[in-house]
Amino acid sequence: MAEVMRSETLNISNNTSSLASPELLHVLAVDDSIVDRKFIERLLRVSSCKVTVVDSATRALQYLGLDGDNNSGGVEDLKINLIMTDYSMPGMTGYELLKKIKESSAFREIPVVIMSSENILPRIDRCLEEGAEDFLLKPVKLADVKRLRDSLLKAEERVFKNMMHKRELEANDIYSQLKRAKI
Amino acid sequence: MDTLVAQLQRQFRDYTISLYHQGFLDDQFTELKKLQDECSPDFVAEVVSLFFEDCEKLIGNMARALDQTGNVDFNLVGSSVHQLKGSSSSVGAKRVKGLCITFKECCDSQNFEGCVRCLQQVDIEYKSLKAKLQDLFNLEQQIVQAGGRIPQVDI
Repeated sequence: MAEVMRSETLNISNNTSSLASPELLHVLAVDDSIVDRKFIERLLRVSSCKVTVVDSATRALQYLGLDGDNNSGGVEDLKINLIMTDYSMPGMTGYELLKKIKESSAFREIPVVIMSSENILPRIDRCLEEGAEDFLLKPVKLADVKRLRDSLLKAEERVFKNMMHKRELEANDIYSQLKRAKI
Repeated sequence: MDTLVAQLQRQFRDYTISLYHQGFLDDQFTELKKLQDECSPDFVAEVVSLFFEDCEKLIGNMARALDQTGNVDFNLVGSSVHQLKGSSSSVGAKRVKGLCITFKECCDSQNFEGCVRCLQQVDIEYKSLKAKLQDLFNLEQQIVQAGGRIPQVDI
């Protein structure tokens, strides 16, 4: 008699992608300047991204649910695909925010991009060493945002393709089992 | 014979070009215009409006800091100047940005008279730009009201 297939084997899941919704990247933008917030929000919207904008690193951590003592916590089901933060902000800087994100188990995989009006090489190096995905000089260009978006979508596509391939292999395996059991 | 729309469009074109040539605006303003469309037709006006509010606030901060006779905190002034430089850069306010660079140098060298001069200049400059952009937006409105389209101006 054939083995009853366990649903775990098929690993059926409704959510096949970490994208916020089909083809829409969700970007969290952090900047203390109201002018720059308006600008980056528009840049991201024009690039077909879902945008959440906050005015400080502290608020960013609150939004991510990282402001408590429990550093491994985080808001459940919060899907952020990219964080873009200004470097120079009062209170917590973008650099410090970057470190906190990379220390968190829930969010360390999320790419963090630093934006700055100052082209200071040691600063850029420090950010990249700490795991920043990229460092953009302000004012940020539409081309920069499009480049980021395209590279993130490609990465998502790769993850998706790998997962589909894995499912195909699993399905083939199950099919072979069924054949052998002559169902 | 020139229609009203054609006249207004030419005025708009000439005025825009002069703002760039006289150094009031730079490329970044062009980038802002590219982000405006039918879905967000007031984007540029909204951003510059936020910018001018920011100018008022930051210049107020600088004036207050410089007013502490004998006890001026140049770091505080410098920090506001840095913020103003950032936002002026983001909207393409070229002259304001240039003044901020000079202003920052005065802060860094704790040059009180220099700072006071820069403060006066930056105040005059942002108000001048505000008036000019208001004229530009008024021209746009007139063109639209006359049934015309706002021309794309290549600098």
